[in-house]
Amino acid sequence: MQKELWKGNEAIAEAAIRAGCDCFFGYPITPQSEVPEYMSVHLPEHGGVFVQSESEVAAINMVYGAAGSGMRAMTSSSSPGISLKQEGITYLAGAELPCVIINCMRGGPGLGTIQPSQGDYFQATRGGGNGDYRTVVLAPSNVQETVDFVQEAFDIADQYRNPVMVVCDGLIGQMMEPIEWHPVPKRDLPPKDWAASGRKDRDHHNVINSLYMDPVVCDRHNDHLAEKYAEMEKNEVRWEEVECEDAELVITAYGTPARIALTALETLRANGIKAGLFRPITLWPFPEKALHELAAKEHVKAFLDVEMSSTGQMIDDVRLAVEGQKPISYLGHAGGVMPTVEEMIESAKKALKEVK
Amino acid sequence: MKKEIIISGFGGQGGLAIGKNLAEAGMDEGLNVTWAPSYGPEMRGGTANCSVVLSDKPVGSPVFAHPTELIALNEPSLEKFEAGVQSGGTVFINSDVVTDKVTRPDLTAYYIACSKIAEEVGNPKVSNMVMLGAYVAATKVLNPETIEKMIQEMFAGPKAKFIPLNIEAFRRGMACI
Repeated sequence: MQKELWKGNEAIAEAAIRAGCDCFFGYPITPQSEVPEYMSVHLPEHGGVFVQSESEVAAINMVYGAAGSGMRAMTSSSSPGISLKQEGITYLAGAELPCVIINCMRGGPGLGTIQPSQGDYFQATRGGGNGDYRTVVLAPSNVQETVDFVQEAFDIADQYRNPVMVVCDGLIGQMMEPIEWHPVPKRDLPPKDWAASGRKDRDHHNVINSLYMDPVVCDRHNDHLAEKYAEMEKNEVRWEEVECEDAELVITAYGTPARIALTALETLRANGIKAGLFRPITLWPFPEKALHELAAKEHVKAFLDVEMSSTGQMIDDVRLAVEGQKPISYLGHAGGVMPTVEEMIESAKKALKEVK
Repeated sequence: MKKEIIISGFGGQGGLAIGKNLAEAGMDEGLNVTWAPSYGPEMRGGTANCSVVLSDKPVGSPVFAHPTELIALNEPSLEKFEAGVQSGGTVFINSDVVTDKVTRPDLTAYYIACSKIAEEVGNPKVSNMVMLGAYVAATKVLNPETIEKMIQEMFAGPKAKFIPLNIEAFRRGMACI
């Protein structure tokens, strides 16, 4: 298959069009502005609707409307803009509306910086809005995965009637890499017989709503959502293990730091240090069981969690999975500074030295 | 084989395009490639740079502190990146813009009069193609024919009139080495 050189953000937009995205609503923000830019030109060519909204809040509510009428809808933004969308996302989850949300993460908190970051892990995986809800969160670490995951995200969303997030950092959005437009797995999807798309011959009105005034009814609704999230946890968890078979030191990282870790592994292995990489591909559901089992292996002596975050966020999930079986060290930068290969090697050696 | 290249200059000098051309040609030759730009306010008037990896193995980190080659199109770029170049590495300088010399004795330096040659060829905009030619000739990492074929595809259709100009600039750059 022919390889093509694509910029991450433009590839996200093209992937969405290929996945049958009907509607895109967005507002520009660096480092993801090429997504709406590409959509504005190419989505209408495919019969879709592009709207540059007056704000991020408006964009996510337009997604609510379009998804509620059965359209495949998407929005994209970067960290501060995703914060603004949180109210809409919890309403989408509450009303069980499928949609795809792209977060091309930049440094925070507040306006932070336009440079790459991973400070939105908690927001993405815990449900950044109010109430008990979850969204499937896919975290690609190269442009090929990005286009594959964006296409799959629409199917995952439709299967569960739930928002799906694809989170990448600014670097993956901005960089170019060869990709193939190979077919992605397609799912058998239920009909959207719940959509508010006009009553026609139906004997009832379809209502899109997230308000349940009766506490018993609301409790039941939440139970139903919880069952759905349990299904997602069972079916959708993904991860990758690189050279973990004999690893004494396991780096846990996702997105760009995971690629930097691959380069660090080469040097560490060349220096006789048995290092491996455990890379969560879905941040939610987190590959808890797989990581727990890896931590139980006798050859594994220590973990090093690496994130583009100053405090560490995914490290909480790593701790929950490892359950104290092995020590966990941390290396992180925020504000747009990326961990270097050299730092990673240094931290890995130190982490291993402490247990030996 | 692994090349980690930083190309840096003022926005508008075509540095990012040199990087894209290297990545595109590398991909055409079956290499694993990445192109990662710096992005931000510096693109509007200041220094813009990009990082390119060409490798026969899958690319891990697309960004790096120690390039194998530096292409410096302006003085701030040389100032900023010279110290980080790997020992034994190579620095390519547009000598029409940069008057400073490479100070480290462990580096090979090529001073290419990109702007002057581009004007001789007929258009100052192709100075980056001159530099691309110099890089390809000096490193031998890519086949010049791949680049020329790429130029032909890049300027297909109504832009075809730019093909001879770009190829000429590329060949003049190669001849500098």
